[in-house]
Amino acid sequence: MLEIKDLHVEVEGSGEKILNGVNLTINEGEIHAIMGPNGSGKSTLSKVVAGHPEYEVIQGDILYNGESILELDPDERAHKGIFLAFQYPVEVPGVTNSTLLRESYNTIAASRGREELDPLQFEDYIEDKLELVQMAPEFLNRSVNAGFSGGEKKRNEIFQMAVLQPKLSFLDETDSGLDIDALQVVANGIKQLHGDDNSVVLVTHYQRLLNYIEPDFVHVMIGGRIAKSGDKELAIKLEEKGYEWLNAYGTVNGEGK
Amino acid sequence: MSETKELESMIGEEYKHGFSTDIEYEDFPKGLNEDIVRKISAIKEEPEWMTEFRLKAFRKWEKMEEPDWFNATYESPKFDEIQYYSSPKDKPKVDSLDDIDPKIKETYDKLGIPLEEQKMLSGVAVDAVFDSVSIFTTFKEKLAEAGVIFCSISEAIKKYPELVKKYMGSVVPAQDNFYSALNSAVFSDGSFCYVPKDTICPMELSTYFRINNMDSGQFERTLIIAEENSHVSYLEGCTAPMYDKNQLHAAVVELVAMENAEIKYSTIQNWYSGNEEGVGGIFNFVTKRGLCKGDNSKISWTQLETGSAVTLKYPSVIMKGDNSVGEFFSVAVTSKRQQADTGTKMIHIGKNTKSTIISKGISAGESDNSYRGEVKISKKAENARNYSQCDSMLIGQTSGAHTFPYIESANPTGKVEHEATTSRVGEDQIFYLQQRGLSEDDAISLIVNGFCKEVLKELPMEFAVEANKLLGIKLEGSVG
Repeated sequence: MLEIKDLHVEVEGSGEKILNGVNLTINEGEIHAIMGPNGSGKSTLSKVVAGHPEYEVIQGDILYNGESILELDPDERAHKGIFLAFQYPVEVPGVTNSTLLRESYNTIAASRGREELDPLQFEDYIEDKLELVQMAPEFLNRSVNAGFSGGEKKRNEIFQMAVLQPKLSFLDETDSGLDIDALQVVANGIKQLHGDDNSVVLVTHYQRLLNYIEPDFVHVMIGGRIAKSGDKELAIKLEEKGYEWLNAYGTVNGEGK
Repeated sequence: MSETKELESMIGEEYKHGFSTDIEYEDFPKGLNEDIVRKISAIKEEPEWMTEFRLKAFRKWEKMEEPDWFNATYESPKFDEIQYYSSPKDKPKVDSLDDIDPKIKETYDKLGIPLEEQKMLSGVAVDAVFDSVSIFTTFKEKLAEAGVIFCSISEAIKKYPELVKKYMGSVVPAQDNFYSALNSAVFSDGSFCYVPKDTICPMELSTYFRINNMDSGQFERTLIIAEENSHVSYLEGCTAPMYDKNQLHAAVVELVAMENAEIKYSTIQNWYSGNEEGVGGIFNFVTKRGLCKGDNSKISWTQLETGSAVTLKYPSVIMKGDNSVGEFFSVAVTSKRQQADTGTKMIHIGKNTKSTIISKGISAGESDNSYRGEVKISKKAENARNYSQCDSMLIGQTSGAHTFPYIESANPTGKVEHEATTSRVGEDQIFYLQQRGLSEDDAISLIVNGFCKEVLKELPMEFAVEANKLLGIKLEGSVG
């Protein structure tokens, strides 16, 4: 489904290099976890897959279902089913959640040749999605993320994921800033949304999310590349030993940050 | 005496006919002098008092200086090169829609303006024009049933001279400012509306009528009078861009609200704004003012300003009656090289008067957008209140937003609140919405619509949809 090949990325115009040759393959139905210390490039990797204009790919490629998506705009990538749950969801004052969601849903539906929904149909459609993240219907009439608590913002991201039903989701530190109850709600939501035909990438600092959602693969990023890959045992080991244990991998290549 | 009168009218008659025949085939001379003012009045077959009104205004205008205190730079209109009256023959001839600039056509299509209306807007001489006349006539009948007078100002001068005489110039005197004096001297046409006592105007007085009038010139004059306990909502402007042969558009709008009366005046202004380099476009120098004459009266201005190369416009309310209310809701969007200096004046004279100002300025491209507002509380205005909120939004790195609030209070019981914010549409905001599948243009449109929500909701329903679309089109491609 997703194949990242020797990806080198720098901040547009600044020459500051952030990714130094990332290789990663994600197949349909898999759950991957990407861990790593601050500044290792985890968030950048998610943003680059989604097409953030701040970053420039200087080498390598990203193939999605066999085709390069480097030339596609962020919205075109979204139409293909790529979703990014933001680490810091953006506020859009004056635009209600339901307005944005319906517009998003219909734009994506139209691009895939699916039927668009009118406001009443859409209301029916999202009713049970709300339950999934345990949010009250009033939530739909609030401005997108404006005045939301940190936890509400994160839940809103998962809610959007539920409504848009992407094929490949990058969840960028969706677990950070959540109390234990909210973490459970979010984790349950993700679990229910995951299926054989879609893949999830959890970008996280902590192993605790992985207690709820069992990943098929765990990768550790250090210095802008994947230093080590393994199964969930790797995450547990990391929790015990810390990233220092792996730092050697990043520096051996001489490409550390 | 009666002999002389007859003679005069005979002479007048001959002159009139001969003249109007001439004008159909001859170009109206450029520039402005007393003779031109008389000619305009003569073509319009106006009574003497009207001619005098114009001449007085002209004499004042001649002595006035062109103002330059705005936050805008532009080359002064060349007043001697303007043609102050244009007969139908002078208009550029367009035979079919195929002859229209494809860019304008594209905008019409995007706005969803029906084909017949498109033809009308472009000045194509087809039956559609007659269609609109018949629509207008239907309105007229329905309005007449309610006792509402709604006609062109030219017609009103002839049919309701007492009303026009009494109120024209009563809110915006000719000498009020340079452009109001000019307008008073040469106004071409405009609308007149009179809502009698205890009457709720049965419908929104809307655009169709205005489009016809706009065709006739750029010096419009509008007068609306709402008698005791009456209510009227008036929509002005069309949502299509129009190429105007001349650059200057200087209108005057006067509103008078008697006791318990309410006037709601909405504008969507989308004149041609010039090209990317700032060449061409309309100078929109308009004087709009409402007088809350009676107690408990209310005047609301709602405007969506998106067009024109330069806009200088301050729709104002004088709250003379006790407990009267003035409101100003504005969205001003500038892009390319547009310059807008717009806002309002709220003059509190009566007791317990209340005013609200909500202004949203959006600047994109290399444009400059200024809010200029004055709140004045006079000595007698006990317990006057004002709330002002001025928000600016910047799109891109090269546009400018400015706020110039002036507050003057001569009464210690007055209460004035002013809030202002400036924000920038960020790359992250756009990326977020694009990640949710929206195109860049749709993302900006959504952000801007959210920003303007408080004002847009004040627009009448049928305008609101068009307003949303217009905002979207206006800001297309404004980032990167």
